[in-house]
Amino acid sequence: MKTMIKRGVMLGVLTLAAIPAFAESSLEEYFYASGKIKVVIAVASIVLAGLVAYVIILDKKVKNLEKKK
Amino acid sequence: MKTWLKIVCIALLAYTVISSLWHPLAPGGLTVDIEKIQPGPNTFTFTGYNTHFVDDKASLQVFVASGSTYFCAKVDEVIDNNHVKVTAILPDTLPSKDISFYSNTNTDGTVYIQKPIDSRSFAFVDGFVSSVACSPKVTNDEHQNFGYPFQVIIFESIRNLMWHVPMWFTMFALMLISFIQSIKILNQAGREAKADVAMDFSKIKLFDTKAASSAGTGLVFCILGLITGSIWARFTWGDWWTNDPQLNGAMVVFLMYVAYFILRNSVNDEEKKARLAAIFNIFAFILLVVLLMVMPRFAEGLHPGKSGNPAFSSYDLDSSLRMVFYPACAGFILLGIWLYNLNFRIKRLEQENENND
Repeated sequence: MKTMIKRGVMLGVLTLAAIPAFAESSLEEYFYASGKIKVVIAVASIVLAGLVAYVIILDKKVKNLEKKK
Repeated sequence: MKTWLKIVCIALLAYTVISSLWHPLAPGGLTVDIEKIQPGPNTFTFTGYNTHFVDDKASLQVFVASGSTYFCAKVDEVIDNNHVKVTAILPDTLPSKDISFYSNTNTDGTVYIQKPIDSRSFAFVDGFVSSVACSPKVTNDEHQNFGYPFQVIIFESIRNLMWHVPMWFTMFALMLISFIQSIKILNQAGREAKADVAMDFSKIKLFDTKAASSAGTGLVFCILGLITGSIWARFTWGDWWTNDPQLNGAMVVFLMYVAYFILRNSVNDEEKKARLAAIFNIFAFILLVVLLMVMPRFAEGLHPGKSGNPAFSSYDLDSSLRMVFYPACAGFILLGIWLYNLNFRIKRLEQENENND
């Protein structure tokens, strides 16, 4: 589980690091391509990533409860 | 939460994910490669989006409109489904400066392009009837294939409606639960004070835990709504944050609920904490309704369907979007309640552990 999270974070960081590599104008170019479908992908991924992150936080709380018992 | 509700929730979310990405956009007009029109023949390429120029070559018509007078163009070459090269012959005099370009096929219906165009070579006479005008077939929005509405600037990102907007609906539902629990706290406290019996704090504590866990989960959806909205705004309105009343209202609501948690955590006396937080929460919810639902309707903003007529216009939310948007809202609200339920149960267990220590 821990390595999975680490890998996920690494992937996220690498993706984010790739974005500033574009200049501002090519960022627009990148997202405007093929009818702005990439905006949808970005938004949908953020929603899913956010919800998964919240579930991970809840999971941690449950783990703490189990430890105390 | 009942098991069948969880199954409904998963089914609705699966439907949302698949439908929001699966269906194509309705056909639309993208651009014409002409900057200046002149009397006589004008040759240009009409570029459509998701159109079927090749597949439906037989019924393809391209025409130039000046006001409500149409001039049919001769199809020179159908390059592919989205590109067609045409020649339109225009007279010296046009009835209107309002120039637009149309294409019509039985499959796609009528799609049009409006762009600023140089028409200085023409004389304009209001109500002029030209002898070369034609009356083409116009079938507005009568495309045969299912598709989300095509809107210039928004394009494919109209699918975000099924991701960004349900975040706010879910936040509203969770804050409503929190609001109801807060009213229960004050109600219970008042009743106990009136009855003049020994205070039973367990009920107030239960309501308070419910209110806090519901608002906490709601805040997660609020943050997601803010981030997704910001990204969508960057690529349609041109900036990460615009001065839209809805955006600023959402930010104030976010800060209000952050303040609610700061207030809760800064009071040590459990009972005082519950009552103070409840009062703050009631005001926060009223502010939420005012800032997100009432205010934007009185101010000019970028969000559709807000200023002026509060209802969504028929094109902003047409039947194809409703078909996915409503299940998406229901699915995300159920997911929000599910997460709130987990959050609440964890908080209760934590409290029990503390009492046992």
